[in-house]
Amino acid sequence: MRDNMGDHSHGGPNDTGTVAKAGPGPLDTFQDPGLPPHRKRLADTDPRAEKRAERQVAWLFVISIIGTLSFFIAYFVIGRTDSISALRTQNMLLGLGTAFAMLGIGVGIVHWAKTLMPDHEVSESRHEIRTEADRQDAAKIIGDVIEETGIKRRPLIRNTIIGAIALAPIPAIFMFRDLDRTGATAGQIVDRLRYTMWDKGVKLVRDPSGTPIKASDVQIGSTFHVIPEGLSETEHPLNEKAKAVVLLMRLDPGKMNISPGREDWHYNGIVAYSKICTHVGCPVALYEQQTHHLLCPCHQSTFDLTQECKVIFGPAGHALPQLPITVDSEGFLVAQSDFTEPVGPSYWERG
Amino acid sequence: MSTATEFQAKTRTGRIADFVDQRVGGSTMVKEFGRKIFPDHWSFMFGEVALYTFVILLISGTFLTFFFDPSMAETHYAGSYNPLRGVEMSVAYASSLDISFDVRGGLFMRQVHHWSALLFVASVSVHMLRVFFTGAFRKPRELNWVVGGVLLILSLAAGFTGYSLPDDLLSGNGLRIIDGVVKALPLVGTYISAFLFGGEFPGTAIIGRLYMLHIMLVPALILLMVAMHLFMVVVHKHTQYPGPGRTEDNVVGFPVGPVYAAKAGGFFFIVFGVVALISGFFTINPIWNYGPYDPSPVSAGTQPDWYIGWVDGALRLMPGMLGNFSFEWIIPFPWGANTLVLNVLLPALVPAIVLLGLMFAWPWIERWVTRDDREHHILDRPRNAPFRTAVGVAGVVFYSVMWAAASSDLVATHFLVSLNDVTYWLRALFFLGPVIGFIVTRRICLALQRKDRDIVLHGREAGIIEMSPEGGFSERHEPLDEYKRYRLVAFDSPDVVPAQPDAVGHISRAEKRRGALSRLFFEDRVAPVTPEELAEAHAHHGHAAVEGGEKAQIGH
Amino acid sequence: MKALSQRRRHPLAAAALLLIGLVATGGLYTAAGSVNEAKASTVYTASDVEEGNKLFVANCATCHGLNAEGTPNGPSLVGVGAASVDFQVGTGRMPMQMQGPQAQAKPVQFSDEQIVQLSAFVASLGAGPAVPHEEWLDTSLGNSANGGAVFRTNCAMCHNAAAAGGALTRGKFAPSLDGVSEAHIYEAMVTGPQNMPVFNDSNISPEEKRDVITFLKEIESQGSPGGAALGSLGPVSEGLFIWTAGLGIIIAFTIWLTSRSS
Repeated sequence: MRDNMGDHSHGGPNDTGTVAKAGPGPLDTFQDPGLPPHRKRLADTDPRAEKRAERQVAWLFVISIIGTLSFFIAYFVIGRTDSISALRTQNMLLGLGTAFAMLGIGVGIVHWAKTLMPDHEVSESRHEIRTEADRQDAAKIIGDVIEETGIKRRPLIRNTIIGAIALAPIPAIFMFRDLDRTGATAGQIVDRLRYTMWDKGVKLVRDPSGTPIKASDVQIGSTFHVIPEGLSETEHPLNEKAKAVVLLMRLDPGKMNISPGREDWHYNGIVAYSKICTHVGCPVALYEQQTHHLLCPCHQSTFDLTQECKVIFGPAGHALPQLPITVDSEGFLVAQSDFTEPVGPSYWERG
Repeated sequence: MSTATEFQAKTRTGRIADFVDQRVGGSTMVKEFGRKIFPDHWSFMFGEVALYTFVILLISGTFLTFFFDPSMAETHYAGSYNPLRGVEMSVAYASSLDISFDVRGGLFMRQVHHWSALLFVASVSVHMLRVFFTGAFRKPRELNWVVGGVLLILSLAAGFTGYSLPDDLLSGNGLRIIDGVVKALPLVGTYISAFLFGGEFPGTAIIGRLYMLHIMLVPALILLMVAMHLFMVVVHKHTQYPGPGRTEDNVVGFPVGPVYAAKAGGFFFIVFGVVALISGFFTINPIWNYGPYDPSPVSAGTQPDWYIGWVDGALRLMPGMLGNFSFEWIIPFPWGANTLVLNVLLPALVPAIVLLGLMFAWPWIERWVTRDDREHHILDRPRNAPFRTAVGVAGVVFYSVMWAAASSDLVATHFLVSLNDVTYWLRALFFLGPVIGFIVTRRICLALQRKDRDIVLHGREAGIIEMSPEGGFSERHEPLDEYKRYRLVAFDSPDVVPAQPDAVGHISRAEKRRGALSRLFFEDRVAPVTPEELAEAHAHHGHAAVEGGEKAQIGH
Repeated sequence: MKALSQRRRHPLAAAALLLIGLVATGGLYTAAGSVNEAKASTVYTASDVEEGNKLFVANCATCHGLNAEGTPNGPSLVGVGAASVDFQVGTGRMPMQMQGPQAQAKPVQFSDEQIVQLSAFVASLGAGPAVPHEEWLDTSLGNSANGGAVFRTNCAMCHNAAAAGGALTRGKFAPSLDGVSEAHIYEAMVTGPQNMPVFNDSNISPEEKRDVITFLKEIESQGSPGGAALGSLGPVSEGLFIWTAGLGIIIAFTIWLTSRSS
C-alpha cells in the first residue's frame, strides 16, 4: 500500500511559513496541510467490536439466503395465481424475497468493507495523459504512413477514392424507401391524408357497437362517439378509424354561429366534428355540455362548439373539421360527403 | 517465449489463473487495476446507479423477450384478466397481458424492468447534473462529457421505444403524438411518418420496428458508449473534491482491491434490492387499465414517462393561436400553399436544441471564456463557481417548468386550481423562471462563499452563549483546524480576463465578445481567504484569541 | 429513549425509515377495498310529494325558484327527473355550498327518506329519468369486458381509464369514480350532471350501463395486481415516485456506503 503523505506541497515552490507580504505571490494561498490524521475505527481497536461486525456481516448474508428461499415459496407455494389478490400477494412476496436476497448480499459486503477492510485513504499520483515524446513518435509514424501511401503525390487516386466513398453509402439510404409497405407513390402518400372513409350517404354508427343512430336519439347535451358504417369490413380498420372517428353532439340551433356555406351541414342542431385533434392527433373527446367546449386531454387544446370548433385555448392551430351530415329516408344520420379539409394534425402539404 | 525459471503454480486455482495469465496477460491487468485508487463520495455513485440499473434492464429485458410477441395482428384476448376477456386487441398487447397475468413472476419482471428504466434515466440525469455543477467536464474530460450526453439521449430513446411496445391505449396515443410531431416537419414530415409506420398511422409495422430498435440497436449503442465512457474514466482517473492532501497531481481514495471493489460490487446488489422492493409493492404502467390501442378512445391524464415529459410539456405550453393569429403559417408558393406548423415545431425542437446544444457546448464555452487550458482534476464546489452554478440552475428551472407543464392537468385537479391558469402561469415561468433562477442562485452562491470566508476568518459558531462581566451576551466562535480550513480556502477563483490584443495589437470582435462574457461570468466574485487576511483578522481580534476561541457579538 | 434518539442520527436511519414507509403504504393500499350496495327504485306516494315540496321550499327554492322554475343562480328543475335529484342530493352536491366552477361532492345533507321525498316532488314537476331499477344495477348480470370497452370509448377521456378522475377547463374536473355507488353512476350517465354529457338509453343502453358499472366495480374491488396503484394517475405519479422515494432511498444508501464507519 502506498501512502504518499508527503505529496501535498502544490501550494508553492517555497513554503517558509512566514507571513506573506501584500500583493500576489506564491504565499498568497494557504499551504496544503496534507491528509488529515487517520482515525481508527471501533473495530480496529476493540476486538469485541470486530467480532460483532463479523457476526453482523454473516447475519446479513443469512438474511439474503432466507430472502432467496422465500422467493421460491412465493413462486411455488402460491403457484399459478387465479385471482388478482393472489397475484398481488405473489408479486409482493417475490419483490420482498428478491429485495432481501439482494440487499442482504449488498449491505453485507459493504458493511464488511466499511468495518473490517483497511480504511486508510491512499494517494496515487496522476500521469500525463500524453507525453511530448509519445506525441512526436506518433506524429512521425502517421507522417511515414501517409508518405508511404503516396496519397499526397497522387491527387487522381485521392479524388476518386473520396468520390467513391462519398457515393457508396447513398444506396443504403434509398434502401429504406420501401419502409412504407403500401407501395404508394410520393403523391399518394400525401393524398391519402386528405381523404377518409366518409362519403355521401355513409351512415353514422356508434363506436364500438356499429349500430346506426336515429336523429331522434340525439338529445341536447348528449354526445355520441361515431365511426362510419362498414369500418370493420375495411382492409385496415384501425388506419381508417384513426382518420374517420367523429364526435356527434346536439345543441340548441339558436346558440350556433354558422359560417356561410355550412348552413345545411347540421341537422336540427345535431353536428358532427372530427374527433382528431388538429394539434398532434389525440382524440379530442372531452365534451362539456354546459359550456359547449371540447377539450383534448393530451395538450389541453380547447375548441368552442358554438363557434364551429374554433380554437379558444391551447396549442392547436386550427378548428376541428366539420363533417356535413343529414338524415336518410329512415331517419338515420348519414354523411353528406367526406370532410372538406384534411383531418388531424397539420403537415407541410396541407396548404 | 521461454524463460529459464519457469513459474509453477502450487494450488489448483493458481494453475488455472496461470493458464489464463499466460494466454491473455492477466498479470498486467491486475497490476494496472488491482490497486487503482478511486475517491469516495456519495455524489460519485450516480454513474454506478446508472450502470447497475442498465444491467438490471438487460437481465429483466431478456426475460421479457422470451414471452413478448411484437406482432400487431388482431386477436381476441383469452387470458386470465377478466375485465378484458374477449376484447379484440393486438398480439403484442395480449402477450404483454400474458406476461403480467399468466407467467409466474412475469408481472414482477415487468415492474422491475419499468421501474429500473425510470431509475436509469433519473440516475443518468443526476449524474450529469453532478458532473456539471462540480465542473468535472473540464479538461481533459470534455469528450467524456459528450459521450455522457449521447448516453442521456440514447437512454431517452431506449425508454421511448420500450414505452410503446405493449401497444396499450396510453402508449398508442403517445405514438400518435409522435406521428403528429413528425408530420409537422417541413418538406419531409409526411414521408417520414409514412416510412416510420409502414404506411398510414397506426399500421401494422411500428411495434415490430420499435422492438428491434429497443432490444438490439439502442442497447448495443448504449453498451458501446458505456465502454467508451469507462475507458476514458480509466485514462483520466477520477476527479476528487478539494481538501487537504488532494492536489491536481494525485488521486486520494480507496484502492479497488479490496475496499472499492467491495463497496461498488455490493452497491449493485443494493440497487437491485431497492428496485425489487419498489417493484414488489408499487404498480407501474398498469397496461390492463388502459386497454388495447384503438384510435378513438383516450384516457384523461395521458402523459409520457417522466423523461419525455419536458417535451410534452413544451407542446402544452405553446399557444396555437394568439387571438385570430395562427402559428400554423400557410406560405404561398408558385405550386400551391404549404403549411409551416410552428405551433408544433417550435416547442418540439427549440427547447431541446437550446438545452442539449448548451449542454454539449458548455465545456468549450467555459474554456473559451476563461482562456483556461489547464487540466482540472480537483472539482469545484458549486458555490465556488457562481456563474456556472447559476446557469445550471437556470437550465434546471427551464426544464422543470416544461416538466411541470406535462402534468398541468394533474396539478389542476390536485391543487384545485384552473387548468387554464396553471398553463398561463407556466407560460410566464417558461421565460421568467430561468432568469429568476439564475439571479437567485448566483446571489446564494456568493453569499455562501462569503459565509465560508467568515467562517475561516472568525471561526465556527459554537452555539455557546456567554455572558460577559458587563452583562453583554455573545456567542463563542471556535477556530477551524487547518484541515477544515484548507477545504474552505483551497479553490480556484477565476478572475475577469479582459479582451486581449493579438500579436499585432488588434482586438478582434470575437475577443471583445469573450472579454464581455468573461466580465459577465466573473465580475461578481468572492476571492478565497489568503493567509495574510487570516493573520490580519486574528490580529484584529487581538492577542491569544487566535488559538483559544474567538468571540463575536451576536449579529456580527 | 436516549438510545433511540442517538440511533436516529445513524446513517442507516433514513434508509430504514424510508423502507418502513414503503412497506406500510404498500400494505395499506393492498388491504384497502370498498363495498357498495345497490339501491332499489321507489314508488312515490302523494305524501312524499307533499313533504318533498316543503323540503324544496325550505332548502332549494332560493336558487331554483319556488316552483323549481329556475333563477339566474340555478337552473329549472322541471323535467330533470328523480334520478337527477337522487344523484345531486344523494352525493351531497346539492344543496351547493357556494357558487363555483362546479358543485362538489360533500357529506350528504339529507336523510334517505328526505331524498326520496325531494325526488318525488321534482319527478312530479315533469317527466324525466327515474331512479334506476335494481335490475340495472346488479353487477352479477353485467359483462365487465364489454363495460370496459364502452367505458374507454365514452368515459375514460374525462374520468381516466382507471376511473381516477381528470381535469376539465377552467377549474372544472371529472371526479374519481372510486367508491361511487352503482345507482349514482347510473344516474350520472342518464342525467349528465354539471358539464357531463347525457348518455341516454339510445346512446348507451341500460344493459351497457350495467356493464360499465360492473367493470367499474370489478376494477375497484380487485385493486391493482402490482401493489399500490399510486393513485392510478399514470406516468406522472410514477415519475414523481421514482424521483422522490426511489432516488431518496438510493441516495440514503450512497451516503451510508461512503461514510466512514465509527
